[in-house]
Amino acid sequence: MTKLSRGAALPLFILAVWELSSRLGVMTYESLSYPSAIAAAGWAALLDGSILESTWETCQSALLGLALGAVVGVALGAVVGLSRLASRAAGPTFDALRAIPSVALMPLGLLLFGWGLAMEVVVVAYACCWPIMIATSAAVRGVEPRLLEVADALEMSFAARLRKIVLPAAFARIGVGVRVALGIALVVAVTIEIAVNPRGLGYALVLAQQSLRPDVMFAQILWLALIGFALNALLSTVDGGARGEGSGA
Amino acid sequence: MPDVETRTRAADAASEAPALALRDVGVVFGAEANRPVLANISLDVREGEFLSIVGPSGCGKTTLLRLLAGLMKPTTGDVLFEGKRVDGPSRARAIVFQDYANALLPWRTVAGNIALPLERAGLSKPEREARVAALVAKMGLDAAANRYPAQLSGGMQQRVQIARCLAQKPRVMLMDEPFGALDALTRQTLQDELLALAAEQRVTTVFITHDLEEAIYLGDRVIALAANPGRVVETIDVGLPKPRNQLTTREDPAFLARRHRLFGLLQGH
Ligand SMILES: Nc1ncnc2c1ncn2[C@@H]1O[C@H](COP(=O)(O)OP(=O)(O)O)[C@@H](O)[C@H]1O
Ligand SMILES: [Mg+2]
Repeated sequence: MTKLSRGAALPLFILAVWELSSRLGVMTYESLSYPSAIAAAGWAALLDGSILESTWETCQSALLGLALGAVVGVALGAVVGLSRLASRAAGPTFDALRAIPSVALMPLGLLLFGWGLAMEVVVVAYACCWPIMIATSAAVRGVEPRLLEVADALEMSFAARLRKIVLPAAFARIGVGVRVALGIALVVAVTIEIAVNPRGLGYALVLAQQSLRPDVMFAQILWLALIGFALNALLSTVDGGARGEGSGA
Repeated sequence: MPDVETRTRAADAASEAPALALRDVGVVFGAEANRPVLANISLDVREGEFLSIVGPSGCGKTTLLRLLAGLMKPTTGDVLFEGKRVDGPSRARAIVFQDYANALLPWRTVAGNIALPLERAGLSKPEREARVAALVAKMGLDAAANRYPAQLSGGMQQRVQIARCLAQKPRVMLMDEPFGALDALTRQTLQDELLALAAEQRVTTVFITHDLEEAIYLGDRVIALAANPGRVVETIDVGLPKPRNQLTTREDPAFLARRHRLFGLLQGH
């Protein structure tokens, strides 16, 4: 048996028991549905395009929010990282702002922007900018001094040092912040949709629940897991370098 | 033609001057003039020699190696490389840092790290790849060539750093407690690999350690330092036959005699 098939054995067994017990009428799970019904509901949602449309809406706000948060976070992080004065003056303010849970800003976002894409993007951006800001200020503040000595010992030119050491070192660290923020972006976007904003996968989940369609709901949850996985994989290939961050000793 | 010329000049310089020399070197950090880190250090490293330097921690071993590398300047005295005053780092002198985890580029694979010194040498890509592949094979890194440093054990990371230094074809290798953080078995393996490499490449090596036995086992000579201020207290010619052997060399009465002598010196201050 391969490692993969061994790992799949338990979930398959659970699915089989779940399916059989409801089919044979041993137990009925009114609010849980069962595997084949979930698969059918997922297939139907794919065919009629509804799940793809809400996926587009959610990804749109998550990624736009991430992008906006990254722009703001990199800018703030660079300022705070480069200027000791800025760090001292703005540090406590940022710490206080960072402490506000982003979901607590949903009502404010709604008041300012109303329902729709804009409010969601802004709240996601708010949540995403902090980890990126922290990663950026650390990246700007310190390229590992030993790496600069490696450059010295190789008599690297200024340009080579910038291109081969300083920029990749900063990118690798910022990439780690962006990766963290991506996970946050998806969670915050779906949360906003569940709580206040009638669009995207979060709202679709609410609709499925309200129309008593647990099969649809489960299909959507599985779909969300897939999206999170896919986005992360995408980002790993984009900044493959970040994987080396931190010491391996 | 210029190649021949440089080689002759280097050979001439070598015949009259040691590979490396410290002349009455003193180092003071900051304003602590009354507490020098190194004081009145004079020593020569001969062409092709394997010189071990031992001393208790804090006695200035790393500082001494950084002087030889040109990463810092002495407060007083001179550092000479092939007879010429050192005024900065040079590709001819490779340094193997003690903290290998910080010294490797984490965003580059093993092969990418080893290629670093080759990237400006005007080599074509196939030549460069061939040299990286040769070094990867020599250091036993074949299985790890496409992995990232963080995915490797400490011993493997240190191998990568050594391979990267060899890639720059240095005339001198400066090593700062390179095996200090490794387990005993890995350490012995790397010791033997290093000795074989140093002999094969005929590279002058300065090897810092705080381990007496390691210093004697590897060295042609051992210089013992004492602390406060860092100074040379003894220079020993090891005189044990080469190649060395982990069992027989370490049981050789001459080895034990050297060990006793150094132990006494470092204990007694
Ligand atoms: N950059 C520095 N600034 C001030 N003191 C230093 C610096 N580098 C080393 N020292 C001091 O010099 C002494 C010798 O340090 P080092 O050369 O690292 O010793 P070793 O490598 O033998 O342990 C220590 O007391 C250390 O605190
Ligand atoms: Mg040291």
